[in-house]
Amino acid sequence: MPDRHIVKSYDRDLEAIQALIMKMGGMVETAILEASQSLENRDEELAERVRANDSAVDELEERVNEEAARMLALRQPSAGDLRTVLTVMKISANLERVGDYAKNMAKRTGVLLQMAPIDGSSGAIRRMSMAVGGMLKDALDAYIQRDAELAEDVRLRDHEVDQMYNALFREFLTFMMEDPRNITACMHLHFIAKNIERMGDHVTSIAEQVIYLVTGEMPEDDRPKADRTAIEAPKV
Amino acid sequence: MYDNPLTKRQTLTQEVKFSARGVNVFYGDSHAIKGVDVDIEDKTVTAFIGPSGCGKSTFLRCLNRMNDTIDVCRVEGRITLDGEDIYDPRVDPVQLRARVGMVFQKPNPFPKSIYDNVAYGPKIHGMARSRAELDEIVERALRRGAIWDEVKDRLDAPGTGLSGGQQQRLCIARAVATEPEVLLMDEPCSALDPIATAQVEELIDELRQDYSVVIVTHSMQQAARVSQKTAFFHLGNLVEFGETGQIFTNPRDPRTESYITGRIG
Repeated sequence: MPDRHIVKSYDRDLEAIQALIMKMGGMVETAILEASQSLENRDEELAERVRANDSAVDELEERVNEEAARMLALRQPSAGDLRTVLTVMKISANLERVGDYAKNMAKRTGVLLQMAPIDGSSGAIRRMSMAVGGMLKDALDAYIQRDAELAEDVRLRDHEVDQMYNALFREFLTFMMEDPRNITACMHLHFIAKNIERMGDHVTSIAEQVIYLVTGEMPEDDRPKADRTAIEAPKV
Repeated sequence: MYDNPLTKRQTLTQEVKFSARGVNVFYGDSHAIKGVDVDIEDKTVTAFIGPSGCGKSTFLRCLNRMNDTIDVCRVEGRITLDGEDIYDPRVDPVQLRARVGMVFQKPNPFPKSIYDNVAYGPKIHGMARSRAELDEIVERALRRGAIWDEVKDRLDAPGTGLSGGQQQRLCIARAVATEPEVLLMDEPCSALDPIATAQVEELIDELRQDYSVVIVTHSMQQAARVSQKTAFFHLGNLVEFGETGQIFTNPRDPRTESYITGRIG
């Protein structure tokens, strides 16, 4: 929306609340990246930092909710402005959840570092993290540029993350059957993979909010889902 | 899970009360209304919004031929009430205005008693055969105007002695006393405080059970609160007409969006 409000402070309020989202988004992107790095490089210090940083994301979410409530009460936004405030609230909730998953990854990394590494797993997890991190970056870009097409692209990419998760699920199962001593590490790794898969779902939800923000309507068609692990037994 | 959004403003009927087609209004050389087509439903509150000079009041005044009183004003096109052309030469504007009542921005009670303010219309239209019948009509109208309890003990007091909000509700009672089918309201709350405004808005919602109400308002929040349908006028054009919730969450026309969000349109 190129036009400015007649009341300039309204624009400043809207910009400020969106700046909070971008700040939150940046912090969460970093958390995803660093959590996977800490696992791959067996970097305990980095993992600890990721865990510590999450509280800042939680605080930002609260701040966004307070500001949004004030906007609703004081400005009574309508149309595109209303959708901005509504989406800001939902996106911050999604980001907060993604931040929690990254924190949980870092926690499990702390445990995993006390065990022997499982071959090839940390690389696969890093690739999965990068896919989700890239989706998040694009979803936030789509948000700030009001780009529904890019958001739709992000939404469809969640499919790839689901497939990566399926592959890892089967791989961990194989490792555990091969050697029961792998079970503890593989369970943690599986939770990490599942966390990343859930991050993808939250990022998808952010992309859907962008589509709603731009078009006024939520996307209707069901997006393809590739996580079949809850529906059928894997053929190992 | 549910059939309609909770906030979707249900209209009681889809029956069309007023139908306007190709309406143009000129004040001398100035083209005030440009080719407006709209259907106004019965038992529905329809709000007209738009910046000053956009034509919303002019169009409202076409609906009971108030523009007839302005010499330089010319109305073209067709406006029907229940299918009958209201600009047909055979239509008596006075009879039309009994069917289509009007409430103005500034409360304008007659300098008479509260009772006579309400009784005036029914008397000249010969609606009562006896004093008892007239009493009944006056009480019913004052009750509909949600002011009966406040004035029932002082019906002989002058209407001009009431507070602004009470005066406006008296004017609404006066307008409904002749049993109109449509109530036109031109900025009915702009001279009222928030409590009186809320009382009039509640009244408007009650009146919708029996009447088609058309309200012109500068307050978009008021339009959002009281109406089921909203029409946005701009530079004499009817830019957008739709369900109120849709207009305020997802307007189709960028000019509507600019206006309702307080941007320069």
